[in-house]
Amino acid sequence: MNHTYAVVAETRGGGLRQVTYETIAAARTALEAGDRLVAILIGHPVAALAGKLAAYGVDRVIVCDHPDLEHYNPETYFPILAGMLDAIRPQAVFFGHTAGGRDLAPMVAAKLHAAQISDVVSLEKAGGGLLFKRPIYAGKASETLQVAQSQGPYVVTIRPNNIPAAEPTTDGAGTAIEPFAYSPAADLRAVVRDVVRRASGKIDLTEAKIVVAGGRGVKSAEGFKPLQELADVLGAAVGASRGACDAGYCDYSLQIGQTGKVVTPEIYIACGISGAIQHLAGMSRSRIIVAINKDPDAPIFQVADYGIVGDLFEVVPLLTEEFKKAR
Amino acid sequence: MQTVVLIKQTFDTEEKIVIRDGAISEDGVKFVINPYDEYAVEEAIRQKERHGGNVTVVSVGPERSAEALRTALAMGADEAFLISDDRIPGDEYAVSRVLAAYLRERPFDLLLAGFFSVDNGAGQVAIRTACLLGIPHVGAITKLDIAGGRATVIRDAEGDAETLDVVLPALFTAQQGLNEPRYPALAGIMQARKKNLRRLTLDDLGLTEADVAPKTVRVALNLPSERRAGRLLRGSPREQAAQLVSLLRTESTAI
Repeated sequence: MNHTYAVVAETRGGGLRQVTYETIAAARTALEAGDRLVAILIGHPVAALAGKLAAYGVDRVIVCDHPDLEHYNPETYFPILAGMLDAIRPQAVFFGHTAGGRDLAPMVAAKLHAAQISDVVSLEKAGGGLLFKRPIYAGKASETLQVAQSQGPYVVTIRPNNIPAAEPTTDGAGTAIEPFAYSPAADLRAVVRDVVRRASGKIDLTEAKIVVAGGRGVKSAEGFKPLQELADVLGAAVGASRGACDAGYCDYSLQIGQTGKVVTPEIYIACGISGAIQHLAGMSRSRIIVAINKDPDAPIFQVADYGIVGDLFEVVPLLTEEFKKAR
Repeated sequence: MQTVVLIKQTFDTEEKIVIRDGAISEDGVKFVINPYDEYAVEEAIRQKERHGGNVTVVSVGPERSAEALRTALAMGADEAFLISDDRIPGDEYAVSRVLAAYLRERPFDLLLAGFFSVDNGAGQVAIRTACLLGIPHVGAITKLDIAGGRATVIRDAEGDAETLDVVLPALFTAQQGLNEPRYPALAGIMQARKKNLRRLTLDDLGLTEADVAPKTVRVALNLPSERRAGRLLRGSPREQAAQLVSLLRTESTAI
């Protein structure tokens, strides 16, 4: 019997998010011959992006675009998504493990009384089923899970930056793009009053290819400036250790660690970070780790590919200069 | 105002993970209230101090979880329930069904939980529970104000701050920055001993083992490959910087 699989796409700064392409690639792993892949796009303005999605090996794109949907609100988004899923009856629904995906996926799982496997970093077919690998204890260990009843629907969220993104396979001309009618609810239980886009225009920490992170050694909020300058030159995101956040040098939304965010960039540059276990859990799966620290005995050097023992306020501006130079 | 807080006992975040006989070893491990749940407990107590009412903490987990509930009572919660039953698997579907069954018998205005647990990290249980109960939720909040049966919250969405108005009863999950949890005072620890900590099983909740059959199965458990220390660069700071830039350019396409 053929199945339908659904991917819930996400946008950021007017384009599709990188994790959406990664999620499409993950969902394609699950497909058998004859199965169909449907992409779901909800928001505003998003209609213009449907054609772009169509090129990524997707059989149908279902779009709901309405000014009421400019900001994410589970009370408006979920009924739309539920309506779409009632119509397509998918075998599985794939999300990015993002602010939106983390919120919507458990709602879908609860509605379907379904399994949900969260924060998946790889998946593979084995013996007619799928094996999902996910970190636990923020990456201090990992587990491989299976859906217990392979017949039932299931829900998956995919961690950004781990599964190679899907490439366009067609021009998308053969893909059906279907609008989904939005009917405003008479009485919403939750209403979005205001959104302060502190992160817009910046690269999201979990999706960044390069992260420049600061710890207690940065000494002050002001001390993050040279890190930001290096990040700007590299197109990197800035992060921080719990020490730096607790000391009030930066916002908690930048925190990397077992509390905070787990990041897996291509390059992680740790500046003035000692390397507490709870921080290492959040970044040690980065491909290349660079540590800059005054203390040669700092534990961070035990996981770093390259270490510079020195004052970050001297070294970081030199790095910025060097990276600029050779461009 | 009646508040219920969902908590889980987890490994302290400074603990290392050891796998023994195919399971994560708990030998000598220090347990804490999951840090995100601790923000939820603190917030519940602060709201009680402002608006009056009662705070109940509840946990689904093994007997050792009683210690986490006692800590929450010492912080200022009024009563605790430990739902402990070997027939309940760790699967999020099962745990949320158990919590929903418990909460259906217990009227509340405010339901609080942590954004996610630092052990399993899936972040499903609280939202699944709210959906099963048919109440609205906002995840990852950094501020909560309550007035006239409504809550105004700020949600952290990957750094963006979203302000929402929500009709109670509702669930909110606590993100870092919501508050600074208190340490239980000695008086609180003494009082906690007299407070009610009740134990419930599946039978008390009218559920059978079949009702909580897990939807997921773990087939493997692994430790990540150990990272080895690389090399320290040598030379003047300028030489080291130049060397590093050249190494990164060679080894990575990200630059």
